[in-house]
Amino acid sequence: MKQQIEGSQAVAQAVALCRPEVMACYPISPQTHIVETLSRKVKAGEVGNCQFLNVESEFGALSVLIGASAMGARSYTATTSQGLLFMAEAVYNAAGLGLPIVMTIANRAIGAPINIWNDHSDSMAMRDAGWLQLFAEDNQEAVDLHIQAFRLAEELSCPVMVCMDGYILTHAFEEVDLPTQEQVDEFLPPFEPVQVLDPQDPVSIGAMVGPEAFTEVRYLAHHKHLQALEAIPRISQAFQDIFQRSSGGLLKLYHTDEAETLLLALGSVNGTIKDAVDDLRAKGWRVGAIQLCSYRPFPLHALRHVVHNAKRVIVIEKDLAVGNGGIVSSEVKLALQGLPTLVDTVIAGLGGRPISKAAVIDTVKAACLEGLEEPHFLDLNWVAINRELTRQAEQRRSGPTPENLLREVGSADWKTG
Amino acid sequence: MERKPFAITLDPTSSLANHTGNWRTMRPIYLDHLPPCNQGCPAGENIQGWLYEAEEGKYEEAWRKIMEENPFPAIHGRVCYHPCETVCNRGQLDEAVSIHSVERFLGDHAIEQGWQIEAGKATGKRVLIIGAGPSGLSAAYHLSRMGHAVTIYEAGPKLGGMMRFGIPQYRLPRNIVDAEIARIEAMGVSIHMNRKVENLEMAIKEGIFNAVFLAIGAHLSKRVDIPSPDTGRIVDALGLLKGMEGKEVPKIGRRVVVYGGGDTAIDAARTAKRLGAEETLLIYRRDREHMPAHDSEVKEALEEGVLTRWLSMIRQVDENVITVEEMKLDEKGYPQPTGRMETLEADTVILAVGQEVDTRFLQDVPGLEISTDGVIQVDDTMMTGRLGVFAGGDMVPAERSVTVATGHGKKAARHIDAYLQGFHYAKPPSNSVAIFDRLNTWYYTDADQSHQPYLDLARRRASFEEVVGGLDASTALLEARRCLSCGNCFECDTCYGVCPDNAIIKLGSGKRYEINLEYCKGCGMCAEECPSGAIDMIKEIR
Amino acid sequence: MSYQRIKFYQTGTFTVGNRLLEEGERTVQAQKDRTNSLNSGHRACQGCGEALGARYALDAVMRATHNQLVAVNATGCLEVFSSPYPESAWQIPWLHSVFGNAPAVASGVAAALRAKGKTDIRVVAQGGDGATVDIGFGCLSGMFERNDDVLYICYDNEAYMNTGVQRSGATPARAWTNTTQAVGTEPGNPMNVGKNLPRIAMAHGIPLVATASVADLHDLETKVTKAMSIRGARYIHIHVPCPLGWKSDPAETIKVARLAVESGLFPLFEAEGGVVTDRTPIRKQVPVEQYLVLQGRFEHLFSPRDEQALAAIQAMADRNIHLYALLPTEPAMGT
Repeated sequence: MKQQIEGSQAVAQAVALCRPEVMACYPISPQTHIVETLSRKVKAGEVGNCQFLNVESEFGALSVLIGASAMGARSYTATTSQGLLFMAEAVYNAAGLGLPIVMTIANRAIGAPINIWNDHSDSMAMRDAGWLQLFAEDNQEAVDLHIQAFRLAEELSCPVMVCMDGYILTHAFEEVDLPTQEQVDEFLPPFEPVQVLDPQDPVSIGAMVGPEAFTEVRYLAHHKHLQALEAIPRISQAFQDIFQRSSGGLLKLYHTDEAETLLLALGSVNGTIKDAVDDLRAKGWRVGAIQLCSYRPFPLHALRHVVHNAKRVIVIEKDLAVGNGGIVSSEVKLALQGLPTLVDTVIAGLGGRPISKAAVIDTVKAACLEGLEEPHFLDLNWVAINRELTRQAEQRRSGPTPENLLREVGSADWKTG
Repeated sequence: MERKPFAITLDPTSSLANHTGNWRTMRPIYLDHLPPCNQGCPAGENIQGWLYEAEEGKYEEAWRKIMEENPFPAIHGRVCYHPCETVCNRGQLDEAVSIHSVERFLGDHAIEQGWQIEAGKATGKRVLIIGAGPSGLSAAYHLSRMGHAVTIYEAGPKLGGMMRFGIPQYRLPRNIVDAEIARIEAMGVSIHMNRKVENLEMAIKEGIFNAVFLAIGAHLSKRVDIPSPDTGRIVDALGLLKGMEGKEVPKIGRRVVVYGGGDTAIDAARTAKRLGAEETLLIYRRDREHMPAHDSEVKEALEEGVLTRWLSMIRQVDENVITVEEMKLDEKGYPQPTGRMETLEADTVILAVGQEVDTRFLQDVPGLEISTDGVIQVDDTMMTGRLGVFAGGDMVPAERSVTVATGHGKKAARHIDAYLQGFHYAKPPSNSVAIFDRLNTWYYTDADQSHQPYLDLARRRASFEEVVGGLDASTALLEARRCLSCGNCFECDTCYGVCPDNAIIKLGSGKRYEINLEYCKGCGMCAEECPSGAIDMIKEIR
Repeated sequence: MSYQRIKFYQTGTFTVGNRLLEEGERTVQAQKDRTNSLNSGHRACQGCGEALGARYALDAVMRATHNQLVAVNATGCLEVFSSPYPESAWQIPWLHSVFGNAPAVASGVAAALRAKGKTDIRVVAQGGDGATVDIGFGCLSGMFERNDDVLYICYDNEAYMNTGVQRSGATPARAWTNTTQAVGTEPGNPMNVGKNLPRIAMAHGIPLVATASVADLHDLETKVTKAMSIRGARYIHIHVPCPLGWKSDPAETIKVARLAVESGLFPLFEAEGGVVTDRTPIRKQVPVEQYLVLQGRFEHLFSPRDEQALAAIQAMADRNIHLYALLPTEPAMGT
């Protein structure tokens, strides 16, 4: 049923339709509306016999789910940013143990400086933890990916993060087609764990593994992701068969045929990018766009197949590998190695800075006409940067950089476009 | 199962493939150490062993275990001075286990129940025993169990020797003596009373005996040379006690002096008191500390009103008066005269200064050696210089007590048996003694000794009723359970419990435990914690 | 003490079993068919108190729950020595996640069981003192305050032994560890530091908090059994000597534990809803010195003798004895 609904509410409804059995949550902006809604639904008895635990930390939250999942319960939580890092040890552990937990990441920047707005630094920090990471473009897709995520996780026995941009999606009211319980039940079979804590059939889960088998264990985790490359499109198709709409998959393409320049991004910025592509194409630019829906596993072959005729790929990413540059673009370069295709890295939208259609268009033009420095920081305030660098060079105790910059930005009367 | 994640998920108890036993440098072994009580028992009883049975209320098993070593539990439970209790480790914890009272309970219970012992399968060998005292009867009993045909020649009209003629009834009721001897008679021992052997060689030849055990005891009272115009006022203690077994009660005076410091002196004094003496004075040349009599006997005598005069020697006995000289002890504890004399009133003087063996009938036996103090020399098999003739009890050099004599009877029986079969009996070596330090006493419950009931004093002074009563069944059970089982496993499961490696296998009731050497790491916790010290750690040899 | 000691049976209820006791009065450990939840072949050091304590506790839980148990384990010695690939010593369903989250993982297991309506299956979480009082304390406190249906057992060997003997928040005053070396003006761990986790657990007002020792099996099993008769968050803190870290004789593990109890340094008590309701009296009080001298980690207190430190530690024991009324109020029963 289509309705105007906040992203968080919509996701909460979708999660509830998946009949979770245990949820453990710790509040952190901008994830709060999801867990608030779920807690209400559980308490109201709308989610069967589901247990909702208010825990003492994100580390505790995911730890609770590790236990619950090992006990064979469908398990869910949501977090973001600092919370994801605080649970980092458990994040790796859940994947290592092959527990099919589903977790929403309401993507947000990581401090310091503390910042509650959107970028992808948090889930990128966990990219090698062994979880599948699916990125939603809009709230409809966020809803749909959660439903697919449970099926994917449980089929592979591998945890899945569904990443949706904090505030941009979580707090946005949009029209969303919420599925019915019957549809979800038809799509999502009951959880049948590959292993479970059972007094009738006791096993020891979580052994210490030494050099003699650790590499094999890691390979098998990798192999699981290789299997996911096949499973993700299949499950997306199965979803479409029942729900009559396309959601998820590895990549989503927008005018990629015949395109000389391709824009590539994760998450909600793809809406802006598609608008920019439309404008550029209207002016005769041979431009297309790729939405990277599955970041983990990274669809190397699918991407190479789509891109191999293009001259240039511009990766717009909301993260930064400090000291290196683009995280996503590095992986795109890996996918395209040996091809003559140029790959540009555009670092954009950090800490919630808006990415405007105009800026995207300007960047595409600049890249095609002049080329971009590597990496390119979108809308960087060089005035403020240079003054701070000068100050730091002049005196050792130059004061806190973030505060200096804030002051600088205010006094310079500088605004983002 | 195949779908279980590789390496991270493991099958239960798969660690059994890891044999940690190869870490071990020491290994535990179960050993039955010799409990001090057993070591201290002159009759060689396995006290810990029969207490173990009694602890479970298995009284017949317990009694039969005593009977393997000693045919007189009811008697020993009363008259043995229980050296076992002196050395009992529990004495260092709170109070020694009252072994004798449990033994007495078992002995009395067996008499009530009419339990009997079977003679062994007949061997066709004939053994003559001369004397039906504790050692003779003990030897007869053991030899019968071994299947030998036993004949006893007893010079007197009654059986029991010193058990009947030396120990007063108030300590040892005669029905008890009769019952325990009757049980031996019932085994088929041929007993001839009033048969005094005058010529040993002749007796052997006539009876076609294959071996002989001499056990005539020491029945001649020693005399001391005290000037006296009227020797009739001086009687010997043994005569008095023996007289108590006759039809007529011996007559004594109003004021009685008993001279001596041994148990016989005490027995005589207490008997005199019961015979109506108004005043019974015990005179001894040393002090109480140096008295050979057992303290409990002295204590009971004093309770009954026996008076004492230490450090005194009788120098002269006159009509109604005796003269005593005060003595003092030198550095070595010997009494030395002081020259200070005193006279005391006395109607009767009872001498209790020791007994001697009547060896006259042995004078002509070839090879037999009689030492200057009148006892028969025997080798460590208890055989005399005459082949096939053994001797024991009070007539050989040893402490003179019913228990020692009973032990001699058993020991002699074993050697006689071996002699008859043509081999040498060697006592199996026992393990080291379970000293107190071996024990882990924390585990034992605090429990005071059970006390036997005493006859009230007024009746003690006036009658020959038994002074000390027996324990009832429940008290005897509790007392048995005070045993620490020193050096011997009593299946408390502590080793089984404390092993961090589950490397001890519990075999089940009565079967104890086994070390699983595949997993035992040799930490030694079982040995350290074993309450009774029944586990040793020994060096592992691979 | 929440059960009546049996007297007069040679050892009464002090030994593990006793053929003279009724079956029901013997410990679970005395049973021929005990579970051996932690089985042979594990790689704990010789004389490991933790291996022993774990089997004691879990076998009792198994008995109490008719074998309906799931165990969660924090990282630490117990986890490492019991489950190195390819061999596990566990005979029970067992889950290890990470160092600091065992209480939360157990909460999750309990929640799953509740969701599935399988509340006959019970959950135990276990960890060493580091996992409990330090790194896992946040999760533990959360589990307590939510009153999740979990029994948490801390095996306290008073330092980080798995990593090679470093100080934890449960390391006692003046003890040597590799991070509180026996050098300087106050050798060993400083005085007046560290956490008393049983008291902290009590402050959560949970249904049951108890301390136990591998030296008193009957007491330990009684407490564990009682804990399994209660729903909600329960905490049992078991004192388990570590021969490696305490530099004590492996054979003397139980002896050392016993002296900790008998000296008053490790009080055995029980608290319900935050209030101390019972204590196990000391049988034969000993000075703390008898306990300390058996352990190399306190060697520096004796060469030369540090009278001040010894007196201070004795004062700690005396305070416990007073606080928990550890001396028997009635004289030892006689016949």
